[in-house]
Amino acid sequence: MTQLAARLHFYVPVLLAFALWEAASQAGLIDPSIFPSLSSVLAAFVRLLTNNNLLKHAGISIFRQMSGFLLAGGIGIVAGILIATTAWARFAIEPVIRLVYPLPKSALIPLFILWLGIGDASKIGAIFLGALLPVVLSTYNSARGVNTALVWSAWSLGTPRLLIPWKVVLPAAMPEILSGLRIALALSFTLLVSAEFLISQEGLGYLISQLGENGDYPGMFAAVLAVTLIGVAADRGFLALRNWVLRWTEQ
Amino acid sequence: MSAARNDEERQRGGGTGIGMAFLEIEGVRKSYVIGQGRPFVAVDGIDLAIEQGEFVSLVGPSGCGKSTLLHMIGGFVPCTDGAIRVDGAAVREPGPDRGIVFQHFALFPWKTVRGNVEYGLVERGMSRAERADVAQRYIDMVGLSGFENSFPNRLSGGMQQRVAIARMLACEPQILLMDEPFGALDAQTRKIMQEELRALWQRFGKTVVFVTHDVREAVFLSQRVVVMSTRPGRIKAIVETGLGPDASRVAIDEKADQLWDMLRDEVVRAMAEERSKVQ
Repeated sequence: MTQLAARLHFYVPVLLAFALWEAASQAGLIDPSIFPSLSSVLAAFVRLLTNNNLLKHAGISIFRQMSGFLLAGGIGIVAGILIATTAWARFAIEPVIRLVYPLPKSALIPLFILWLGIGDASKIGAIFLGALLPVVLSTYNSARGVNTALVWSAWSLGTPRLLIPWKVVLPAAMPEILSGLRIALALSFTLLVSAEFLISQEGLGYLISQLGENGDYPGMFAAVLAVTLIGVAADRGFLALRNWVLRWTEQ
Repeated sequence: MSAARNDEERQRGGGTGIGMAFLEIEGVRKSYVIGQGRPFVAVDGIDLAIEQGEFVSLVGPSGCGKSTLLHMIGGFVPCTDGAIRVDGAAVREPGPDRGIVFQHFALFPWKTVRGNVEYGLVERGMSRAERADVAQRYIDMVGLSGFENSFPNRLSGGMQQRVAIARMLACEPQILLMDEPFGALDAQTRKIMQEELRALWQRFGKTVVFVTHDVREAVFLSQRVVVMSTRPGRIKAIVETGLGPDASRVAIDEKADQLWDMLRDEVVRAMAEERSKVQ
């Protein structure tokens, strides 16, 4: 019961802001032509669901985001562990990572479009590259800090040396890896929408820019709301998954 | 290749007339190169023969290389010179004949107590049913029945070290290497753990090499105490405690005082060196 109360409490400020928004619109305090009321946005949301294939666009966007994010997560973790545990990987990969790190990844979207076309591949590529670095760096940093005694214990108990990075270092580094993955998850949505804004024929970013160009501002807000809802749901879901994976860290 | 090397070393060991102790440490030296190529000698000229079933402690001031020596016996760190042999075979890497326990437990925090104790058994390819059996036996032995499904995080330091001891024992090593195993525990827990370890040793008669800087702990547990000096770490003296299992508190204290007198100068010297390094 108290847990439910705490959960509801979390959403109270959001609901208050929504109420304030609607009240300000009703009172005529904000110009509806550039800031439509909440009620008109919700109405537009229902309209988009039926008339504009909101679910189809959302599905396409989620597919791109998940593909890019999962690729970045998988490859990033493997690369981070290799850099932390093997000299050749550190030699070969680390300088590249350090140089690419400060680059704003959205600047590469036009290049990805040039190379991979205007479909899914360029979006997935941009999301992959942007989400990759936080995963690699968090994995690398935490893997490097894993206690030698832990590694030696496994070695002594019969784990072959080549498997120790995967059987010991990886799970030991998991708490920080998951923090990096959460940052990557948030970045993946930013890159998704940026890439779909730039050039696309489907997806939520496309829908937002189309509706905006047509002057359908309640519709545009509704599409933004859809992206937000998906992002929040992804983050909440990720947190639940993380808490389950890290149940051993609970005191 | 390595078999040939083993033969050669076996002969060399036989040839020096040391005889064939179960654990032989012969002319061991460890130096590290730090920074501008000036080698730092951690331990030097260590000769030590330990019989099967013996309990030997290594004591010395911080930085005397006692842990380094233990890590070399474990095979985690190679010797720069000299050789370490277990039952005649040169140590090159960790093996199932030697188990180790560290000061800060080094449990796998993502595994339950049972998962930790079963870890080495899984690596040995033991069947699920058999390893559950073996793990339970050792969990019961260290008094952790009822905590099988707890994660290490939820356990006190003493309980975590019991898990680490059970994890080591489950693989049935012949030599137990203990690296200041009770150093991170509170004084009361430490006393209890010392008594329990002595009882375990009396029951199993395994060979134990025990690193500590607590002289009384060394006297209480061991048959022989190796006193080490610092920079480089050398053996200063090897003292037979000559105390049986029913030795009185007074006898243990007396022996500990005697050893402390021997060690005191070394500790003072090590502290002075630390000070001069800081300045």
